[in-house]
Amino acid sequence: MTPSPMASNWFRFAAPASFYPIAGRLIPVFWILTGVCLLAGLYWGFFQTPDQLGGSNAQKEYYRIIFIHVPAAWMSMWLYVVMVAWAAIGLVFNTRLSFMMANAIAPTGAIFTFLALWTGSFWGRPSWGTYWDWDPRLTTELILFFMYIGYIALHSAIDDTRRADRAAALLAIVGLVMVPLIFWSVNCPDPNQCAALHQRSNLTQIEGNILFSMLAVTFGFWMYSFATTLMRLRSLILTREADNTWVQELLVKGHRA
Amino acid sequence: MLRVFWCVLLRDLTLALRRRTDVLTTLFFFIIVVSLFPLGVGTERQILQILGPGVVWVAALLASMLALERLFAADYEDGTLEQMVLTAQPLSLLVLAKITAHWLLTGLPLVLIAPLVGMQYHLSDDAILIMMVALLLGTPVLSLIGAIGAALTLGLRGGGILLSLLILPLYIPVLVYGAGAVTASGIDMADTRPYLALLGAFLVAALTFAPLASSAALKISIE
Repeated sequence: MTPSPMASNWFRFAAPASFYPIAGRLIPVFWILTGVCLLAGLYWGFFQTPDQLGGSNAQKEYYRIIFIHVPAAWMSMWLYVVMVAWAAIGLVFNTRLSFMMANAIAPTGAIFTFLALWTGSFWGRPSWGTYWDWDPRLTTELILFFMYIGYIALHSAIDDTRRADRAAALLAIVGLVMVPLIFWSVNCPDPNQCAALHQRSNLTQIEGNILFSMLAVTFGFWMYSFATTLMRLRSLILTREADNTWVQELLVKGHRA
Repeated sequence: MLRVFWCVLLRDLTLALRRRTDVLTTLFFFIIVVSLFPLGVGTERQILQILGPGVVWVAALLASMLALERLFAADYEDGTLEQMVLTAQPLSLLVLAKITAHWLLTGLPLVLIAPLVGMQYHLSDDAILIMMVALLLGTPVLSLIGAIGAALTLGLRGGGILLSLLILPLYIPVLVYGAGAVTASGIDMADTRPYLALLGAFLVAALTFAPLASSAALKISIE
């Protein structure tokens, strides 16, 4: 059976040599999108939104940290899912590039997880009077951070790249059980019974301007993840394919120019 | 199928009982860690009753993790593990047998010693009973999840430290519900049921997936 033209087209980009130049061309596009979305989202968030949030016991200006905190938390979970997806694709199809992709996503994901925790504690101080509380969502997000660190640590502890890729991929897949836990860690039917600081929320109930700038920042963070992941991916490709002729030709060309 | 399971199980048990120190070290590690806490935080009865469940569970986590390194290491060094991977029998079944043996040698003793430790912390009889049930359900989960980490870090330099980094985050749900069950028993015995049910659910899920994941990890590490 001959492979369909569509399939062969897709797998062509799975070769590091053909993906490397494409990634190089895409990176500036993603950086521009990042800048535009972040500027728009932050401008809207600071100047076009109400100056307090909530009803009887309103949160004052400091609630604006939501524009960083929530997008960072969303991205931390989403990037883990994407990382696991690439790791699984790598294990199934045995493509080197997928493992490199998973590998390149991990640091960005870890940074967003840390950012979510960090901004959360800054927000927690004025609103709850504490930097940290053992709220289920905080705890599970902390575990997610440990999962990212574990993935990175296992990968860097194994010298053989092939084994490192596959072992870390398996660990990431096992760790996927944590993501639904974080997602549903606020699913408390009765707020009087389980004292959780994060409550169930509904996007349709958020004020329009707040929602707009939150989504704009989220999109900006997403584009940022693309940009940094592709940059990291390019250097990973160069390091791992250093013995191949195309890399050496590229280096010689770059040296002459 | 079942014969292979028994064969590996008996072999591992026999080997371990010939070198009894390994088994006893884990047990004494557990006892010593648990005994250190009252010396550190004070010996007041009420404080100890509150701390007890958590301390026992954390000590059980650490003890089971320390013993994990030995789960595959000896077989890996002398080549037995490669032969196991090559046999016609499903590897996950052999791994399950090894995990069972590991639990019988490191997990079960902790369950049996629990009443003694409970007395150190002035826990009530009900609390001790619940603690034993919770440990009985929870420690196999620790061995099952831990086997995945042990297989992944097989033969690595500094594997032990790395293993703790990989596995301890995954142990947290067991810790939360295991200690929670004992704490709940202080309020009402009926309140412990959901905790124990969840621990049982963890056990079933781990029994189903962990042997498959560990055997996949072993294949990655050995190839």
